[in-house]
Amino acid sequence: MSAEALIDARSQVTGHGAGGPAPKRIIVGYGFWIFLLSDVIMFSSFFAAYAVLFKNTAGGPAAQQLFDLHNTAAETACLLGSTFTCAMAGLAVGERNQKWTQLALLATGLLGVAFISLELREFAGLVARGAGPTRSAFLSSFFTLVGCHGVHVTVGLLWLGTMMAQFYAKGFRQNIRHRFLCFSLFWHALDIIWVAIFSLVYLVGTLPQELLP
Amino acid sequence: MTNEHEFDAGSNVGKDRAVGAESAGEHRTLGQEFRGYALGLALAVALTAASFWVRGTHLVYGPSLAVALLVLAVAQMGIHLIFFLHITTDPDNTNNVLALAFGVLIVFLIVFGSLWVMEHLNHNMVSTDDLMRMQR
Repeated sequence: MSAEALIDARSQVTGHGAGGPAPKRIIVGYGFWIFLLSDVIMFSSFFAAYAVLFKNTAGGPAAQQLFDLHNTAAETACLLGSTFTCAMAGLAVGERNQKWTQLALLATGLLGVAFISLELREFAGLVARGAGPTRSAFLSSFFTLVGCHGVHVTVGLLWLGTMMAQFYAKGFRQNIRHRFLCFSLFWHALDIIWVAIFSLVYLVGTLPQELLP
Repeated sequence: MTNEHEFDAGSNVGKDRAVGAESAGEHRTLGQEFRGYALGLALAVALTAASFWVRGTHLVYGPSLAVALLVLAVAQMGIHLIFFLHITTDPDNTNNVLALAFGVLIVFLIVFGSLWVMEHLNHNMVSTDDLMRMQR
């Protein structure tokens, strides 16, 4: 394709030059994407606080003694699986298939519940060992960062239930599909945050002291 | 092309599942979309497994582990962005990419800026523990 033809083709796309306004789907996605990026920026502040306070254990337990990487691996598997089933729900919505939409969303929800259960069990175990959020600055920042992600997943589960009910009761109307588009973006973005958490908080955090930067 | 792009006419049904999704020019079949997600999942699983493997192995030079894990994490975030959030080079997606670039800039400033400033503070100020010891 020549350069002129390429430029011409681009100007025909909606939202660019002669292409006319972008479809609502694009605009809805863009708006929600802006929200997600602001959410990511909020998380980055918590990551910064965690990194800064990491060594301030106030004589209490450090990350190396606290975290169980098997639990982290199980949580990661749950969340990664739920991201995939959420994408499958997206395909089912595209096909207007009520049964598969509901099944895929149910699987997404169950994996999300499994993730939250594992996380709550870990938190309860930490508190029982005297390593609650009030023990040290390090633990405060840990519970804030990971807990904030957990709260997001919990809110996402409520949203997921709402989406299942709305698809069931109202069908695949355009505005419902747009809500689902936002939900799936939210859910995938939470997995991106979790990638940062399991890599930096758990895997890097539990490295022996002399190997840390 | 023009008919398919009538403003919000509901003509994009079946393709409204991501920030950008595809432009109207290319129609991907269900099978193609499924293979795209399956590939994304496979890559994400491979990178996750690599992260946990690198953490447990003694084959990797110790002091480089933290950086290796960081690189694997960034790679996996990229995989998620491309395969699940559909951030692409599609013209429909330009605004999303620009917003993402700005977001990454802010995240970088917050995280590395905080670490940088606090590191210097720790160097230049007497820690509270030392202060208490001196007062005794």
